[in-house]
Amino acid sequence: MKPRSMKNAVRAEWTKLRTEAVTLGLMLGVVVSTVAVGAAVAVTSRCDAPGCGEDAIRLSLTGVLVGQVVVAIVGVLMVGGEYGTGMMRSTLTALPRRLTVLCSKATALTVVLIVAGTVSVLGSLLAGGRVLPGRGFTEAHGFEPLSLADGATLRAAVGSVLYLVLIGLLSLGVALIVRNSATAVGIVLALLFVLPIVAQVVGDPDWQRHLQQIAPMTAGLTVQATVGVDELPLGPWQGLGVLALWATGALVAGGGLLRSRDV
Amino acid sequence: MTTTLDRAPHRGTRPARGGFGRLLHAEWTKFRTVRAWVLTTIGSALVICLVGLLATAAVHERGGDAPGALPVGPGGEAVNDSFTFVHQPLAGDGTLTVSVSSLTGEGEGEGEDGGGASPKGGNDGRSALAPWAKAGIIVKDSLEQGSPYASVMVTGAHGVRMQYDFTHDTAGLPGEVSPESPRLLRLKRSGDVITGYQSLDGDRWTEVGTARLPGLSRTPQVGLFVTSPSVAESTGTGTGFSPAVATGTFDTVSLEGGWSGGPWLTGQVGRDAGTSGSYTRSTGSQAVASGGGFTLTGAGDIAPVVGGPAASGVRTVENFLVGAFAGLIMLVVVATSCITAEYRRGLIAVTLAAGPGRSRVLVAKALVMGSVAFAAGLASAAVMVPFGGARSAANGFPVLTVPTATELRVVVGTGLLLATASVLALALGTVLRRSAVAITAVVVGMVLPYLLATAAVLPEGASDWLLKVTPAAGFALQQSVERYDQVVSVYSPATGYHPLAPWEGFAVLCAYTALAFGAAVVLLRRRDV
Repeated sequence: MKPRSMKNAVRAEWTKLRTEAVTLGLMLGVVVSTVAVGAAVAVTSRCDAPGCGEDAIRLSLTGVLVGQVVVAIVGVLMVGGEYGTGMMRSTLTALPRRLTVLCSKATALTVVLIVAGTVSVLGSLLAGGRVLPGRGFTEAHGFEPLSLADGATLRAAVGSVLYLVLIGLLSLGVALIVRNSATAVGIVLALLFVLPIVAQVVGDPDWQRHLQQIAPMTAGLTVQATVGVDELPLGPWQGLGVLALWATGALVAGGGLLRSRDV
Repeated sequence: MTTTLDRAPHRGTRPARGGFGRLLHAEWTKFRTVRAWVLTTIGSALVICLVGLLATAAVHERGGDAPGALPVGPGGEAVNDSFTFVHQPLAGDGTLTVSVSSLTGEGEGEGEDGGGASPKGGNDGRSALAPWAKAGIIVKDSLEQGSPYASVMVTGAHGVRMQYDFTHDTAGLPGEVSPESPRLLRLKRSGDVITGYQSLDGDRWTEVGTARLPGLSRTPQVGLFVTSPSVAESTGTGTGFSPAVATGTFDTVSLEGGWSGGPWLTGQVGRDAGTSGSYTRSTGSQAVASGGGFTLTGAGDIAPVVGGPAASGVRTVENFLVGAFAGLIMLVVVATSCITAEYRRGLIAVTLAAGPGRSRVLVAKALVMGSVAFAAGLASAAVMVPFGGARSAANGFPVLTVPTATELRVVVGTGLLLATASVLALALGTVLRRSAVAITAVVVGMVLPYLLATAAVLPEGASDWLLKVTPAAGFALQQSVERYDQVVSVYSPATGYHPLAPWEGFAVLCAYTALAFGAAVVLLRRRDV
């Protein structure tokens, strides 16, 4: 693959993303939903005494749960939209090297999501840092002021941005596999939400733990934990690794099918 | 469906009613000829069952001595029925009168061994009287757990109560008992009607309530009882329950009527204290005769089993239907696609040209999708509820049995829930014309709030609010556990309690659906295609 053609391919994907009116709306949606939900959760939380067991960072970043859904739409539409309109034929005619198409789409999506994710996460932490001290998350109750200089906070912040990127790539991969936006978004949302709900119901603690270890959402979000990290089913980076495996698996399968299928 | 085909020759006249029938037939044909939709719909029913099987696959760790099945009360609900009982049979009608002069409790606090971190000091006396500790008299059909009964009692913090058949509870005189201010209690049996009376001085008696126990045995066991559920303690991270026993003192015991005249028999109903209570390490069930009276010590409860911390390890009916979330997502995908695919392929122009009544086109689509989703939900729930129960019991998890009417509501409710969600998805698909966005909107409205509210990531007030104002309120229809004022538990979304009553919650979902459907009709009429 020539570097030149890769660069052009990424630029083409960027142009497609940029000129699609819905993309900007969705990106705004990621930021607004993440920050707004995070702030709403922060406003309703309370910590009345030292050792209340709350995780101020994770609370501030709760909005990622909603923001990821919008990210999933972006990832799915990038491929599903093209299949829906038949644009995919033109794309593959212009760029016959199919892995180049895959890589350029993934690259453009990653860049866009890093920007949107960073804005969302920083906005959430800023809102949390302003609201939470008034809700009892004070130094007297054992909470330092929110600061990215703190190792765990920085890890949660960077991890959350990466989490959003990986959810986007997972959605992209799933959409490449099924070639249909509706089905793809259904599969991604089911992967994210149904496994945690099932884990709540399973009576056996071991089963529960295993389900939480393999579910992309619960595993990936362990990267946000700053309190009780030792009790998590997985270490923070390990958890994000599980999600990365899901995303890689989806992209590899999607890429393989893209190469072997006609369109 | 075939009858509508016979009308084909009259196509030119287009009769109003037959028009809708043909529309319905057209939409049904569109649905059934798209193989992916049919397969996904059938798949959704299978997935609901498969996920249910996964959720009930775990085997209870204690294997052999797993807790047995919960006793079932006369109303069909799972109950706790464990108490210390001093009794004798009563042949025919009669009256039992006692005076209760004290009710005290003894608990097992967390900091007993001195090493634990006690949240607050000064709790060293272990004098923990549960608000619903009970000492009183009871007419019980038999010594079997779950048999019908009527009782009048003194409670820890809720005064005199008359309770019968587990779910019925009537308040009497308020206030605590003490040797200076005892309560006199009387139960009068006449046929299958039991009347409870109370008095402060033994002269003036007032009626607390009347219970009709149809089919009460001719010789029920009648006598004194004491029992106490566990005591709720709020800790920094939530509510915990610790064992507690209660001791009640009965001073004068007098009998009138068809008594056997034999000795008082002492015993414990139930093997142990049940799911809501437990004996402390130091104290067990006992009954001591003293003077003309008795002193009884007991733990347990005579009340329905509710969800929450006390019922951990107990499965509820809705546990078997957890797959409904996966099924819902699949059906939402189909329902959205059946309109957005028409937009994508341009088929909508043909559809609207063939059936110019645009709202009727949408109604026909909604009827087809709704019925299909209802059938999928109903069928899978009808399989999973009995099957999941049998499987859980076989794996050592007791099942919180509910009355048949409740079970029926949950099964039919699952169908209604999926049908309504599908119509909501169809309407949003029409409004947005983009399947990915419409599907996400429905899932974010229904599944995400449920997940957030039940996973205990939000403060309780926020969880309740979410399940009141979002379409996720509809899942209240699947709640099988009941809330009882006379049982202390943690009634929150995390323990399976929705803030709205089942049909209220469903009404919220229906309101959203109606709103979206209205918007879809307006837009469909106003837009070109």
